[in-house]
Amino acid sequence: MPPADSSATASHIAGPLVETRGLSHVRDGRTVMRMGDWQLQRRAHALLLGPSGSGKTTFINIATGLLTPSHGAIDIAGQPMSALPPAKRDALRRATIGLVFQTLRLIPALSVNANLALAQKLALGRVDQPEIDRLIDRVGLSHRAHARPRQLSQGEGQRAAIARALVTRPQLVVADEPTSALDDANAHRVIDLMFEAADATGATLLVATHDGRIADRFTNRLNLVVPA
Amino acid sequence: MIRLSLAYLRDRALNTALNIILLALGVASLVILLLFSSQLENRFDRDSQGIDMVVGAKGSPLQLILSSVYHVDIPTGNVPLETVDLLRRQMGVAEAIPLALGDSFRSFRIVGTEPAYPALMGAALADGRMFAKPMEAVIGAEVAARTGAGLGQRFVGGHGMGGGDEGPKHEETPFIVVGRLKPTGTVIDRLILTRIESVWAVHGIEAPHDEHAGEDHDHAHEAGGHDHEGETAEEHAAHVSPAEVTSVLVRFGSPIAAVRLPGFINRQTNLQSAVPAVEVSRLLALVGVGLDAVRAFAVLLMLTAGLSIFVALLTALKEREGDMAMLRVIGASRAAIIGQVASEGLILAAAGTALGLALGHGVIGLAAANFEQLHQLGLNALAFHPGEAIIAAAALAIGLIAALIPAFRVLQSDIAETLANSR
Repeated sequence: MPPADSSATASHIAGPLVETRGLSHVRDGRTVMRMGDWQLQRRAHALLLGPSGSGKTTFINIATGLLTPSHGAIDIAGQPMSALPPAKRDALRRATIGLVFQTLRLIPALSVNANLALAQKLALGRVDQPEIDRLIDRVGLSHRAHARPRQLSQGEGQRAAIARALVTRPQLVVADEPTSALDDANAHRVIDLMFEAADATGATLLVATHDGRIADRFTNRLNLVVPA
Repeated sequence: MIRLSLAYLRDRALNTALNIILLALGVASLVILLLFSSQLENRFDRDSQGIDMVVGAKGSPLQLILSSVYHVDIPTGNVPLETVDLLRRQMGVAEAIPLALGDSFRSFRIVGTEPAYPALMGAALADGRMFAKPMEAVIGAEVAARTGAGLGQRFVGGHGMGGGDEGPKHEETPFIVVGRLKPTGTVIDRLILTRIESVWAVHGIEAPHDEHAGEDHDHAHEAGGHDHEGETAEEHAAHVSPAEVTSVLVRFGSPIAAVRLPGFINRQTNLQSAVPAVEVSRLLALVGVGLDAVRAFAVLLMLTAGLSIFVALLTALKEREGDMAMLRVIGASRAAIIGQVASEGLILAAAGTALGLALGHGVIGLAAANFEQLHQLGLNALAFHPGEAIIAAAALAIGLIAALIPAFRVLQSDIAETLANSR
């Protein structure tokens, strides 16, 4: 008889990384997001495409456990994220998810290096400086490791944020509009980097965007529509 | 998280510095007041220990106490030597010790008295012996330290008790140091003790009304009323004449004396009695009103600093709502966020407190070093008062409260909402 957590380990190796069942969200009597049943397999980087108001951000909040869905359920790495109490959700998010936001990237008071160290400290309880150096190098910011976030360009900032999201070695990297604020060259560079870094660390990407420029980079696409 | 707090504080260094300084000023003011008043009272208490009553010439009782117990003011005048015997004969008088004042050496007062005086003050000899013959002197610990005088050292007293040696010297009657006292932390550390006869001898005991050294030193019995070149009437009055003493320190043997004696003394035409405890409490009550006003001001300053920290953190945290939400999202617990903000307030408060304490002690030290008067009052920058712990605790509490209110406010907001707004 295997103990409970070994079966959980087995399921999160075998099963889908993200699984939704009848998922939708109603706010103030209005359906703001309707997802239904959906699965994200490991390494099958997915793009969540949809116009504003289609509920992309709502879905990300539900997937990361910041919001409780009004209908349905979502599992992350085999754990019932939407059914867990807040503290367990925090723990699950810490252990499995790395987040990249559109503009909110790093703590401005800390250097890039210190931001990554803080993220590691919070998620893993320890700082792995060689890993930080490796990631900063991978996103091409070695020369800016000790710069403050406000000294970085838009593109550099987003690359630093990607490094921050990956430095905790998450299974799932959720990115909300990671390229919308960037010009074409930087947008492509960032998305390349995300693929490359995710593959190198074994993470699976879930990118939500309305940015058509990067749509063709994903084969696994899910189109969200504004709920009727 | 502490490092994050420090990083945030460094990030708005000017604001941080201003708040630390503001709090430090409040803490320093309170510390200065506390140290000043407590050391003053302490000093007053120690110096007057064992002295139940002082008898001297009529005048201000406060002046009598200040001059004879604390050795800071000019004496009220002189009283006949017989007063000592008169007092010793009274019932309930355990000790009556005469003091003869009037001269000084490098601003240290020369006190003609009896060996009972250092004994009363609890001063023991560090080396040498007690004065026995006229012109032998025993010097207090501070006198020894500051003048560097050793045993056998001869010195000449100067006339008057002013700050320096500008007064006329008694060149022909030098003193010789025969003993040095251990430090007592009382006024006796700054005194030069000798026999009363020495003070008389300096001014010509055998010929009371003789002039000496070509100076017009007319030691008349009446206070003032004489044209005395180069001297004020008070200095003249203060100056001891033969067969006179400046004042008599009295220790009671029974409580009856405390009731009976002051009235008896004050009925004598030339004499007045003063009780150190009464005069000191009168003095402190006078000074105390001023101290209270300054204290209220200092408390106000500290509260202002608290408010300023509160406002600074409130605005800083408002700007940082997004940061905080992000920290929560990447794994910081609520407790960690509160801890981080609280530590920011505490670091500010601790820095302000530490700076304030240092500043307070520094100011006391500077004041003692630069103002002879304050030094003589026994101000000591290195002495700590338990009340300082209360001031420090209050300052830290102000910092903590100023930090926690905005922290809880931020935590009550919805992370998803905050993220949506700052995204």
